[in-house]
Amino acid sequence: MSIKVISEEDIKTLETLAAKYPERRSALLPMLHYVQSIQGMVSPAGIQVCAQVLDLTPAEVAAVATFYTMYKRFPMGKHHIGVCTNTMCALLGGDELWKELTNTLGIGHDETTADGLFTLERIECQAACTVAPVVTVNWEFMDSMNPKSLRELIDKLKLGAPVQSTRGIKITSIAETGKVLAGINDGKYEESPLADDSMLAGLRVAQERKMKAPAAKGAQ
Amino acid sequence: MALTPVLTAHWDDPKSFEIESYKKYGGYVALKKALKMTPDEVIGVVKDSGLRGRGGAGFPTGMKWSFVPQNDGKPHYLVVNADESEPGACKDIPLMLANPHSLIEGIIIASYAIRANHAFIYIRGEVPHAIRRVMNAVEQAVADGLLGKNIQGSGFDLNIVVHAGAGAYICGEETALLDSLEGRRGQPRLKPPFPAVAGLYASPTVVNNVETLASVPSIVLNGADWFKSMGTEKSPGFKLFAVSGHVNRPGIFEAALGTPMSELLDYAGGMRKGSKLKFWIPGGSSVPMLTPDHIDIPMTYEDLSAAGTMLGTGTPMMFDQTTSVVKAVTRWLEFYKHESCGKCTPCREGTFWITGVLEKFEHGKGKEEELALIDDVCGQIAGRSFCALGDAAATPFPSAMKYFADEFREATRISADASFPPSATTIFDKAGV
Amino acid sequence: MTLTSDNKQTNTKTLITATIDGIQVQVPKGTLIIRAAERMGTFVPRFCDHPSLAPVAACRMCLVEIEGMPKPQPSCAIPLTEGMVVKTQMTSEVAEKAQAGVMEFLLINHPLDCPVCDKGGECPLQNQAMTAGRAESRFEIEKRTFPKPIELSTEILLDRERCVECARCTRFSEEIAGDPFIELLERGANQQVGIATDEPFNSYFSGNTVQICPVGALTSSAYRFRARPFDLVSVPTTCEHCASGCSLRTDYRRETVMRRLAWEDPAVNEDWNCDKGRFAFGYLKTNRLTQPKVRKKDGNQVDALWPDAIDFAAKGLREANGKVAVLLGGRLTLEDAYAYSKFARLALSTNDIDFRNRVNSAEELNFLASAVAGDAGTVTYADLEKAENVVLVNFEPEEESPIIFLRLRKAAAKGKIKVLAIAPYLSRGLEKIDAEVIATKPGDEAKVLRGLKIAKNSIILVGERAAATLGTLSAVIEVAEKTESKLAWIPRRAGERGAIEVGVLPNLLPGGRPVIDSGARSEVGAIWGVNGSDIPSKPGRTHSEIVQAALNGEIKALIIAGLDVLDAPDPQALSEAINSVDFVVTLGIQENSLTRYANVSLPVAPVTEKSGTFINWEGRPRPFGRAITSTNALTDARVLAMIAESLGHDFGLQTIEEIRQELSSFGTWMGTKVDKPKVDAIGARNTSGNNVILSTWNLLLDDGALQKGEEHLAGTQRPVVAHLSEKTAQAQQLENGEKINISNDRGSITAKLEIIEMVNDVVWIPANNHDSKVKSKLGAKEGDVVTIKKGGL
Repeated sequence: MSIKVISEEDIKTLETLAAKYPERRSALLPMLHYVQSIQGMVSPAGIQVCAQVLDLTPAEVAAVATFYTMYKRFPMGKHHIGVCTNTMCALLGGDELWKELTNTLGIGHDETTADGLFTLERIECQAACTVAPVVTVNWEFMDSMNPKSLRELIDKLKLGAPVQSTRGIKITSIAETGKVLAGINDGKYEESPLADDSMLAGLRVAQERKMKAPAAKGAQ
Repeated sequence: MALTPVLTAHWDDPKSFEIESYKKYGGYVALKKALKMTPDEVIGVVKDSGLRGRGGAGFPTGMKWSFVPQNDGKPHYLVVNADESEPGACKDIPLMLANPHSLIEGIIIASYAIRANHAFIYIRGEVPHAIRRVMNAVEQAVADGLLGKNIQGSGFDLNIVVHAGAGAYICGEETALLDSLEGRRGQPRLKPPFPAVAGLYASPTVVNNVETLASVPSIVLNGADWFKSMGTEKSPGFKLFAVSGHVNRPGIFEAALGTPMSELLDYAGGMRKGSKLKFWIPGGSSVPMLTPDHIDIPMTYEDLSAAGTMLGTGTPMMFDQTTSVVKAVTRWLEFYKHESCGKCTPCREGTFWITGVLEKFEHGKGKEEELALIDDVCGQIAGRSFCALGDAAATPFPSAMKYFADEFREATRISADASFPPSATTIFDKAGV
Repeated sequence: MTLTSDNKQTNTKTLITATIDGIQVQVPKGTLIIRAAERMGTFVPRFCDHPSLAPVAACRMCLVEIEGMPKPQPSCAIPLTEGMVVKTQMTSEVAEKAQAGVMEFLLINHPLDCPVCDKGGECPLQNQAMTAGRAESRFEIEKRTFPKPIELSTEILLDRERCVECARCTRFSEEIAGDPFIELLERGANQQVGIATDEPFNSYFSGNTVQICPVGALTSSAYRFRARPFDLVSVPTTCEHCASGCSLRTDYRRETVMRRLAWEDPAVNEDWNCDKGRFAFGYLKTNRLTQPKVRKKDGNQVDALWPDAIDFAAKGLREANGKVAVLLGGRLTLEDAYAYSKFARLALSTNDIDFRNRVNSAEELNFLASAVAGDAGTVTYADLEKAENVVLVNFEPEEESPIIFLRLRKAAAKGKIKVLAIAPYLSRGLEKIDAEVIATKPGDEAKVLRGLKIAKNSIILVGERAAATLGTLSAVIEVAEKTESKLAWIPRRAGERGAIEVGVLPNLLPGGRPVIDSGARSEVGAIWGVNGSDIPSKPGRTHSEIVQAALNGEIKALIIAGLDVLDAPDPQALSEAINSVDFVVTLGIQENSLTRYANVSLPVAPVTEKSGTFINWEGRPRPFGRAITSTNALTDARVLAMIAESLGHDFGLQTIEEIRQELSSFGTWMGTKVDKPKVDAIGARNTSGNNVILSTWNLLLDDGALQKGEEHLAGTQRPVVAHLSEKTAQAQQLENGEKINISNDRGSITAKLEIIEMVNDVVWIPANNHDSKVKSKLGAKEGDVVTIKKGGL
């Protein structure tokens, strides 16, 4: 897999990220997300560029890049697939989904399929326990998965068919997600579906049972 | 007790995340009210309300704000801890997805109170859907004159930056979060100095949880007494309870603090068909587990503390009889090992060690005497690590041993999957066990 | 002469009273518990704690019990407060258990390789494991392993399995050296020290990390697997390399120096030293001269017995009939330098003696005599640390006196100091001390200095390079007086300041006494047991004048010592001068191009094999003892005494004690000093076209003679680059990264161009690295005009 070169244009983008903060170094995480979105990984070149823009040593940048799980030191495929195997998801089906996926794709943790389509990762708790077990595609949630829905998901992604995340956008690629994480708004905030059953569970019960928060004194 | 939808009241609006929708239901009125008060009056109301931090530690919010030194000539910062990553916790991310403006309004009011002109929302990087919604909410608020220079003619300026993390649970620890926000490794800082005195860029900083800040507008609007009319004296107000696990209707239930788990479980539709509650954890994996015997304890800071556990994030995880405690605990320890920042010895080495031994138990290969060893090693971490992550890591095993020692003994012979077949634990078959 | 004494630390801090292990202690407010306990003799075990680094409380080894606190607390991070009741492991089971727990954690993944580990025998982990560790391990799962070792640089190696993640090394590199080239990488149990892919740990101070590593994780290529600590004999010594004057510990085994370490000296080098001082001692074993040699009539050099060689030398000197001069280097000990000074005046009746085998001037001679000699202690390290305003003239501290750099950096970290540097560009070292650069062309220093707004009571530090540009040193004195600022001159070599004090200059006698002053001559004569009138009264020739006189036959014989021809301002001229005289006596430790010219070559003792004193830039005496005693190597002074005797003089100075005794009788010269120089600056040379002004200085690590024989150290030299401003480069259509050629009528140097923000029409190249050998290739000095063009063809 050839790695894209970070262009002058990209460096300008990095500069604008740095300018957003009272102290430029604060932009390092967004910048690393950005170089990763360009190169599919945080490469030594990406580290070098960030170091130059922020006037840090490459070691200082590497120290940060290697601390955070989302930065990869190997080139990712087009889609990053995460399977939560923390306790809740694992028990409710995540372990089985993981087995299913490793068998289907023939790869393991932090590995990429030969066709460059999928990179697989066992991920930690995604703060979505109410919709466990959770699978992520390019960090967009696919809630309450089961082996069948997982197979369908992978098949669609292989075919390039449209896939709608249950909380996020229509799936694009991990590169696009990286830009959002860099702080570059893609304007797709409306693509997320309406609040799901789990989010509305309490409100619905309250509505059914006519429960309300107390009214404020003097409020109508 | 009853459900008290305040934050969640309008999440069923198809445009609940848009500024028009938020305003339609009275959004940003509290801000107007706050801007007419003095900052100290705003702090006073929040102090009076007794609002306690919803991120887990439960520190009184108004008091935290009042620690920020005034007229010190330094810039002040508000940093929103939106790094929700605690296993079991799943309420801040949905809140930011469904109603980001309640957070934005809370941020503006809080920033005004602590005299901060810069606020940062540090959102874990794994939730782009929430990040988009919050970025959009900030842009809408700017366009509406609710952010930027001279907000609503008050002379108050505020700029909000939405900042994505990159996968590190430790960044939920407030000083680690600050280091991370400064573009460093997210390792906790030595205290003192505390963030209120020297936080972000060594300036006075308040770090607040998402739900905490989102609760502020309703308090400012309706008053401290209104807030205190819910909950208990020491745990006033409403709270987002996110109930997960082997229940029929997992989800978010907004209720007054003090609502017992039994009631929340009822709202959540009870345990799934054919299932019996085996153990539950009231507020994230970092707090000790409880059994069905504790199900009527009011969900308050004080009552749960008296029961030997903690309210934590207030996000109960419910597990039924099909669940292997050994597997559950092992996974949590694997998590803590993975997320230990590496700075201090007890947490770094202790989680490595315990996890290695527990994994043997998960596969039915533990040795009886190793149970005492793990317990001892947990004791060598608890209270000796640099930050609370170590304490958290030392929590699941001893608390599980308290109730399920026999299960760990069995794990010297039989693997977790053999004792508790995954096919029964999973919820793929919606019909039940 | 007056010598500095340590400023007594007056402690105005309030004392607080607290209890540790049941004993009441009184310590200054702010004292950390761990230090307070240490004061009363209780050592709380620790790994990450280091008194010169900010506390991090990461290793958790130093946990103690504090009354009223529910958990054990890190004693390294908590100051003792009034009434605090602390229990260490001596009296608290909680503390003891906590420490034992941490120790167990540190050992679970630690390899059991103590028998082959360099640190074995001097290892804090090993020692503390013996006191707080378990006899049997409870850890039965697989240990964490890493491939090892990895090279952080050619000099520093890392064994990650042994690392306890205390971060002393990374904190030192960032906090103290300002070189964050090593960092903690990864997270959790995988956390490890490392470097970036393309940038090694090339810090001038990297060796300190090996010394402060509390385990055997960091080792040096130079010492790794060479010795066991318990086989080494340690002696305190003084670094012979630069004028910083570091205290060192020299460890030797079987008469061979195995390693050198920084020796704590709060007044000077604190806990640190530089890599040159630590690693550059390979020269001691390189081409050592052990036997006197004389040149026979047939031109061949043959080994000679000492008495014969001495007689031969004396005969040659006598035959030169008063036309003998003494050319020295800047590396002699105070005692040896004094012997040369006395020898020249008494045995040779000449003032033709000069130690300045480097760029020098007549102006500098007067500067040294009027503003440096006898002014010990005008400025000290402590003064720099608390200074508010410091002006640097022709001085790059990190390259030219690294311990001054560290002190300025320490001051900069406190944020109170403002450093102004008159320099062509903001070097890395200047950047690290937050200096503001007044971009100046070599030659314009005097003008710029006079035009600068300098705060009253500043400190002006001027480097020896200032001699290259006429008028600079005059301006420095003038500005210092006008602003009531203190002035310090920073030479590069360890022996220069001492040589000035003992009169190894054509215009000075010992103790800063002018040779032209009859009173001064009488005082000196009285000590030497001769009449003042026996001491030559006419100022002698300077280095350059001696070279010139040798070339035109006015000087017939030379005594040359402690000198490398390549260091000379014009190596070619010096070589020709040596070639053209009738008789050359050399005293040295190594066989080199110089000894091959000698009619008599006399081996002398290197610093390790003699006692001596260096006077550092502050004027502070840094005496040291003899490390290796079994060799028969003679000091320069002893050899000179033999020659003097052979020439019929009652010279004395047979022993170091005798020399020191005699030196102490000089006292301070109260008479008139040599006049201050008042030389008009001519300003930077005019240039046009592809002619530009040369700027150059020696990098700390270069190809200097005393750095020979240590290839690992040489591997950490900074890469050779030529600097130009963008405008200057563009004018010649030179592009960043390409090779350019810097030349004059003598020769040329090729270097990679690195365009930086700097003064226009100036090219900077290092003085003595790889291809960039300014003296031997160009015979040029700072301020000269050179030609630049595309190179590498």
